[in-house]
Amino acid sequence: MSNLPSDPSRRTFLKSSSMLATGSLLVGFELPYSLASTPKPSGAASLMTDAFIRIDRDNTITVLMNHAEFGNGVYTSLAMMVAEELDIDWQRLQWEAAPTEPQYYSPIFGEYLTAGSVSTAGAFVPMRTAGAKTKALLVQAASLLWQSDATQLTTNAGWITHIDGRRVSYGGLIKVIQDHNLEPPKTVDLKPTSAFSVLGFPKKRIEAPEKVTGQAVFGIDIKRPGMIYGAVARPPVYGSRVIAFDDKAARAIPGVLKVKAIDAGVVVLAKDYWTASKGAKALTVQWDDLGLGQLSTAAFTKDYRALSKTEGLLAEDIGDAKGLHATASAVHEAVYEMPYLAHATMEPMNCTAQVFDDRCEIWVGTQNQGNDRTVVAKMLGLPETSVVIHRTLMGGTFGRRASKTADFITDAVQAAQGETVPVQIIWSREEDIRGGHYRPLFVHRLRGSLDAEGYPASWHQTAVGQSIMQDTKHDPTYMVRDIDIYSVDGCLQEPFGVFPYGTAYKIPHHRVESHNPPKVGVHPHEWRAVGHTHTGIAYECFLDELAHLGDKDPLALRLHLTRDNNRMHQLLLRLKAVSDWDQPLATGRGRGVAARVYSVSPIAQAVEVTVDRDGSFTVDRVVCVVDCGFAVNPLGIEAQIQGGVMLGLNAVAYGAIDLVAGQVQQSNFHDYRPLRINQMPDVEVHIMQSDAPPTGVGEQATTPIAPAVANALFHATGKRIRQFPLDRFGFTLKA
Amino acid sequence: MITIVVNDEARTVSASPDTPLLWVLRDHLHLTGTKYGCGISLCGACTVHLNGEAVRSCTLPVSAVADQRVETIEHLAAGGDYNAVQSAWLEEDVAQCGYCQSGQIMAATALLNNNPSPSDAEIDAAMAGHICRCGTYQKIRAAIHRAAKETKRGGPSA
Ligand code: FES
Ligand code: FES
Repeated sequence: MSNLPSDPSRRTFLKSSSMLATGSLLVGFELPYSLASTPKPSGAASLMTDAFIRIDRDNTITVLMNHAEFGNGVYTSLAMMVAEELDIDWQRLQWEAAPTEPQYYSPIFGEYLTAGSVSTAGAFVPMRTAGAKTKALLVQAASLLWQSDATQLTTNAGWITHIDGRRVSYGGLIKVIQDHNLEPPKTVDLKPTSAFSVLGFPKKRIEAPEKVTGQAVFGIDIKRPGMIYGAVARPPVYGSRVIAFDDKAARAIPGVLKVKAIDAGVVVLAKDYWTASKGAKALTVQWDDLGLGQLSTAAFTKDYRALSKTEGLLAEDIGDAKGLHATASAVHEAVYEMPYLAHATMEPMNCTAQVFDDRCEIWVGTQNQGNDRTVVAKMLGLPETSVVIHRTLMGGTFGRRASKTADFITDAVQAAQGETVPVQIIWSREEDIRGGHYRPLFVHRLRGSLDAEGYPASWHQTAVGQSIMQDTKHDPTYMVRDIDIYSVDGCLQEPFGVFPYGTAYKIPHHRVESHNPPKVGVHPHEWRAVGHTHTGIAYECFLDELAHLGDKDPLALRLHLTRDNNRMHQLLLRLKAVSDWDQPLATGRGRGVAARVYSVSPIAQAVEVTVDRDGSFTVDRVVCVVDCGFAVNPLGIEAQIQGGVMLGLNAVAYGAIDLVAGQVQQSNFHDYRPLRINQMPDVEVHIMQSDAPPTGVGEQATTPIAPAVANALFHATGKRIRQFPLDRFGFTLKA
Repeated sequence: MITIVVNDEARTVSASPDTPLLWVLRDHLHLTGTKYGCGISLCGACTVHLNGEAVRSCTLPVSAVADQRVETIEHLAAGGDYNAVQSAWLEEDVAQCGYCQSGQIMAATALLNNNPSPSDAEIDAAMAGHICRCGTYQKIRAAIHRAAKETKRGGPSA
């Protein structure tokens, strides 16, 4: 059983405070928290040996986690990295969220952000180094204590043992380190892969005990002294402003405390959430829709389709696809259309905030606390250091909790302004699904031709959809010549901007263009695997079309096109073998394949489907092969692949957010349908053996599943699907 | 004032009678292991046991359960040991984000109480109302089979 107190932020406070009181040593590192408001401490001394590791006298070892845990398993991976070098008892490791300080910024992004499936890659050296430096410090202390050479000492499971049998726990050395002002060495050697005993072995989730007992603290579970609850009446047309409201009926509800307008709508504060939500429903609000009530996704699709025929911004132009198509005898052309998608995280958006005259405290599950802090500080006119964010666990995100506008945080902060107590805002599921942050709707137009042997000779793709990054703080980094690199990620053969990879395929003439239609109505937003969620479908399905035209087996074609990319080529050979690709299938069954490179890691999937005459189908088997470099935690990788497949399959089967007269039509799980256990295919996970540095695996599996299923449906029925989700266009995943 | 028996303790709360049991547990009794997911009986995140049966607390007014026995996720391991389902969940490393898992575990525990060795189809039927957006379904199925086996072997009862 876990012995963790139920509130991680509180735990941090007590420990940080106790360090102050006992004058413990902090090595090369400033105090992690502003302690202005924290209770004065008592308790055992503890020692920060490094920004990431704290050791208590009772030999409790805590890892400060600078990446967010939302199901991704990153707390487990980071703890494994520390445990490997520090030689500690895995079971005794504790964790807590690291504060918003520069030493905790992602080495890849240079800000406090968990995104892009790069946490493991970014942390692999720093976290092991933290462990190794701490161990060196402890060995140094033990040598001093026993006046003996370090070669006579061994470390194991949190203890140092002398050759003569004497033992001391790591925690037992704190006083020696403090008394002698010992410091860890500036540089250390890390264990070679061959010496690993933790990394590379399947390890169970470090925070699992809390999650099976109801003790895990998500943002929605925060309780603060005196806390009140808020529910927000939001506009039917996303982005509307409040003109006026009538709150008479709301105020008449016993338990309603206050009603006020905030940027997002009108908030009702009450003693419990149920009362607040009843109050919000009882309001009559007059809105100014700012002209957004005209928008519809049907019109977007039509406009984008027209735009896709026109010349866009040139992202890549290898060879002369355009010239070739002007004269070629046969150019195949197809248009693929993908709708908006909501994230629908299991835990709806929520945030708790308390605003004081000179500072603000926030309790929230977020991927993006650096930006959140900046946004809130600006809004309140406070220095950033006066905004303290206590990050909790989160019930899923899929990108949603990396809000560029900090929308679900500013709600709570505005609601808490003028209140003397903390305020918790919870979004209803309906508000969450209508919350305006979506995977953008995209139209891709593709044209291609074959060479004399039936292999793709030319490719011309035009991607049309709202840019995620344009006019955001990430604009300079993620826009290349005004092209959002996410709009075309997964279409290009060559590296582009900060993305050091292309598709693994080589087609001699390859041209990709991009259009950025106006960013109106809703926020185009990252959604697990981002650009690949639409480019993957367009690219892999059209490639399948060309394979069919050229009379090639789809997997054989991909093997052919990856001749110069050994990593993907080997992966596809493995997929061919483990998926029984060459075994014949019965009538009504079909097989499809897709192969993608996302955030450096190659991944491919082969799926089998069974389709009935009426188009209803089951996904019977998904075989996935991934190459993510050195596999830090094979058990965690398996979970990410299974989950990624589920989410991608769910989206391609049912996922769509529609705007009609500016209003989101979907509202809850009956019309934004989640995949259920009876629809979950068997997912077989195969990891390529590799000693290369680890690369991402959190989003990769979401990318190939959608096109692989569409290709399998074509294989089974001869019907090509180019509009999504499937259930609107003839194919319904059986319930 | 309404009195309900939660986790073997009589608790009196001042919530309005139409308040769903879910919000009474969470906001009045601070038993936050039971989760809000949809509010309209579509997701199962709010599942608790009412007189031993799995029910959805988000649409169950507290007035309807006055003086009845409610058990929440916090109570399954109250004796200090995980129940068979929780142990199997840890063995199979089911949880990802974990948010749906209280409801999944309450549902699986009730399933095994009624049917000690369910087939895949029976598991699907009992668990199809329980959404997991992280996609832990394969492991949920494996964990239920494992718990069934352990219980039969005379492990801790579900
Ligand atoms: S919250 Fe009760 S079923 Fe979803
Ligand atoms: S584990 Fe995240 S929703 Fe189920």
